[in-house]
Amino acid sequence: MASPDDLRFQEFEEATDLLAADPGASTLSITNSSTTAPAGDVKLDLSDDEENQQESSELLGGEKQSGGFWTFEYYQSFFNVDTMQVLDRIKASVMPLPGRNFVKHHIRNNPDLYGPFWICATLVFSVAISGNLSTFLSEMGNPRYHYRPHFHRVTVAAVAVFLYAWLVPLGVWGFMTWRQNAERQTSAYSFLETVCVYGYSLFIYIPTSILWIIPFGWLQWLLILVAMVISGSVLVITFWPVVRDDTKTTAFVSMAAIVLLHALLAIGCKMYFFQTAEPIAVLPDSTVTPAPLNHTALTRLLQNVNILR
Amino acid sequence: MAEVEDVNKPLFAGLSDVSIAEDIPVEGDIAVPLSSRNADDEISTLDEPVKDTILRDLKAVGQKFVHVLYPKKSSALLRDWDLWGPLLLCVTLALMLQGGSADSKDDGGPQFAEVFVIVWFGSIIITLNSKLLGGTISFFQSLCVLGYCILPLTVAMLVCRLVLLGSSGLVSFIIRLVVVSASFGWSTFASTAFLADSQPPNRKALVVYPVFLFYFVIGWMILTFSPSQ
Repeated sequence: MASPDDLRFQEFEEATDLLAADPGASTLSITNSSTTAPAGDVKLDLSDDEENQQESSELLGGEKQSGGFWTFEYYQSFFNVDTMQVLDRIKASVMPLPGRNFVKHHIRNNPDLYGPFWICATLVFSVAISGNLSTFLSEMGNPRYHYRPHFHRVTVAAVAVFLYAWLVPLGVWGFMTWRQNAERQTSAYSFLETVCVYGYSLFIYIPTSILWIIPFGWLQWLLILVAMVISGSVLVITFWPVVRDDTKTTAFVSMAAIVLLHALLAIGCKMYFFQTAEPIAVLPDSTVTPAPLNHTALTRLLQNVNILR
Repeated sequence: MAEVEDVNKPLFAGLSDVSIAEDIPVEGDIAVPLSSRNADDEISTLDEPVKDTILRDLKAVGQKFVHVLYPKKSSALLRDWDLWGPLLLCVTLALMLQGGSADSKDDGGPQFAEVFVIVWFGSIIITLNSKLLGGTISFFQSLCVLGYCILPLTVAMLVCRLVLLGSSGLVSFIIRLVVVSASFGWSTFASTAFLADSQPPNRKALVVYPVFLFYFVIGWMILTFSPSQ
């Protein structure tokens, strides 16, 4: 039987001590969130016991991918969550604590696509419906106002939210991976983990958008501020450990960019969907020409921006 | 056979009890007789009058409507799924949602295509979701159940249009709100009665929530329908 010295690839002090004590044991390195080990621990089995051989070694932040991307099981591996896990992740996105990295602590190498997808879908409908309700409530006293459902706004909201939830994580992940390869830093997160973090961080906007129905301007801006602080801090706490080893300017610029994009989404939603306090019936007659009957969403947006100015 | 018994007597003692006598015939015809139902189906559905064919399908659809209205744990919806009922309901709903806020501007209600897309793509996405979470229901069975359970909401749409013919003030709004909420709850309850059993128990809520969202959105479209003035 080979001694531990023959099989040693890395300096695992505890493992060699344990192995010397009990040569037949199998050794596993356990990823613990309190240690400073990088996320890409390679699990080596140093024992000769055939039954304890591990079949695969976990790759860098890897998900369990079974089959190629054209099989159904590949996508099924991204929905491997229970109700309690999803609820736990949502709770963590609403109450970010400075020590708890969302990815390390809650996702734990099991990113799911259920949360991001359905949170985005719910956000689309909640923003559109709440916007409709708030416009209706603010115009209720106006006899010239004729209620319209504004259904095309759902399409606009869907495009905006889903583009944000997929393109921005793509950009952040690409940036992280490029810096990791260029600067040899600690491990970056995988693409799915990034999408997961962004998806869950959007959850706070759902109750915020429902509360935006209350027609006080100062309350709406206060709610935006609170939501941005909570949601932004989830993102900052998650991404800070990855970029902090980089140069100071890069770290701060990337953090600022993440927070700024997040803020833009919130403010954009508020401005477009919740146009309160300006009666739409009153048009500045000198600058706005009567709009042609060929209405596209963009035309309406420009019209409304004219009204708000 | 006797010599076999003699050779294997210590091993197969007692085999002589089960030996077949020579005078019992063991030949015959082993063809399985066709059941009369197969013979009828092959011959009659091609030559029957069109009215019979249509009525048979309509009867199947109507039977499933009854199963939706009184949801109990029956397997009729799942076993004999068809998509005629969902198509009928979707077209009816989309047609009834037209003709509102007709100032010929596009700030009105959902267009016909939008309703169609929401209903069918919503059903497909929910089905995919439940399958990805490990459900055992098949794709078309799930589409069938989700489509048929739109029936209470279609009835609510009908009631709403009738109420709006009378008045469109606060009272009618409250009536419509109550009717739509009741039918939304009915739809969600009916579909979960059929779908919930096919899921692993610790993921039931994950599957029920998208169904809830789906019917909520359809209920919202019905509630916010405002007629042209």
